[in-house]
Amino acid sequence: MDFSAILTAVLVIGVLGLIIGLFLGTAALKLKVETDPKEEAVLAALPGNNCGGCGYAGCSNLAAAIAKGEAPVNGCPVGGEAVGKKVAEIMGVEAGTSTRMVAYVKCNGDCDKAETDYEYSGLEDCRMAVIAPGKGPKKCSYGCLGYGSCVKECPFDAISVVKGIAYVNKEKCKACGKCVAVCPNHLIELIPYEAEKVVACASHDKGPVVMKACKGGCIGCGLCNKTCEHDAVHVENFLAKIDYEKCTGCGACQEKCPKKCIFNH
Amino acid sequence: MMKELLLLALGSALVSNVVLSQFYGLCPFLGVSKQLKTASGMGLAVIFVITLASLVSSVIYTYLLDRLGIGYLKTIVFILVIAALVQFVEMFLKKKVPALYASLGVFLPLITTNCAVLGTALTNVQREYNVLFAVVNGFATAAGFALSICILAGIREKTAHNDIPKAFQGMPITLVTAGLMAIAFCGFSGLL
Repeated sequence: MDFSAILTAVLVIGVLGLIIGLFLGTAALKLKVETDPKEEAVLAALPGNNCGGCGYAGCSNLAAAIAKGEAPVNGCPVGGEAVGKKVAEIMGVEAGTSTRMVAYVKCNGDCDKAETDYEYSGLEDCRMAVIAPGKGPKKCSYGCLGYGSCVKECPFDAISVVKGIAYVNKEKCKACGKCVAVCPNHLIELIPYEAEKVVACASHDKGPVVMKACKGGCIGCGLCNKTCEHDAVHVENFLAKIDYEKCTGCGACQEKCPKKCIFNH
Repeated sequence: MMKELLLLALGSALVSNVVLSQFYGLCPFLGVSKQLKTASGMGLAVIFVITLASLVSSVIYTYLLDRLGIGYLKTIVFILVIAALVQFVEMFLKKKVPALYASLGVFLPLITTNCAVLGTALTNVQREYNVLFAVVNGFATAAGFALSICILAGIREKTAHNDIPKAFQGMPITLVTAGLMAIAFCGFSGLL
């Protein structure tokens, strides 16, 4: 039995461990990066989904930006007002009211209303269908393709495809913006939860073209514009657009619209 | 000398690719190869860590363990040293090069005890490389890893929306892809 071998082994490992420990310990002290205690508190208040809806790479990045004052305290769209208030408390500032936003699909051209050019039998994904001739099988090149790329993308299970069109459940929607990013037709928009009326069309085509393509499309006739007493609807480039801040939800435009493409939200 | 180093590098990076022919480091290879951007981040972090780990482990083995005749303790010592090294590098980067720290991000601590890192350090010892050869071998091995993970990520990005049978969705098709890549990399075996 050679005890010296055991002794060397134990000594070497032990001393090595000790040296490394001491080295790391001093290094940790010397290289310490001052993290703002506020930053950690803010991070704890955030939801922690790391969805990236705020535009930062994750909750910790947003927390750092808030602590530095680069991002607003209500920068988290998922947490909404509740989290905004908590963060504001930590930062010691007024929260300011953040309007809750929800995603909205600007199309009502379902299977009954929208005409198709041909039968599409490719991959069941909007990002693939949009490459097909005429930007997909629908005659309208702006509308919802209905293959549900947004449904797959939504982390909150808030979108469903009904009769060939995607619908957002506004109660479930957290406005993280993932569907907005994935939709190849850029058809999904974040609008205020409180919005009363919405234009369910995104077509910038001229009237006759829209007429041929879809029974529910906005032809840009401008009747809504003329009817509105609150200066809230404007037709730009053959498409009506509602100013949600001015809209009172009176419904006058909705009644007048010949194509019935203005809906209750 | 130069020629030998070049051959060694080529051999480690392509011919006996660390993932595709030695099956080291499969975990990050499959785990972080969904997007090209994160995959290249992972690849960079691995290059960084393996090169450093090769250097340090080779120095420690040649000048400490081998001298004292306790080479059999290399596995334990390497684990210890590599883990400490990565810890230190992480602290150092966070303080001195925050930009690099931010881009390597979570990948650094993730690969602390990755088998590819330890495997390369042990291979260096097994083949009795000196310090220079060990560093070159480490770098080339890691470059091979970065190359293959980037290729896989590229393929996965392109095939992400394909209509794959349900039973093959996710990991199975990724493994099949990796297998096909391994077969393709067999083509390099006649290179040297």
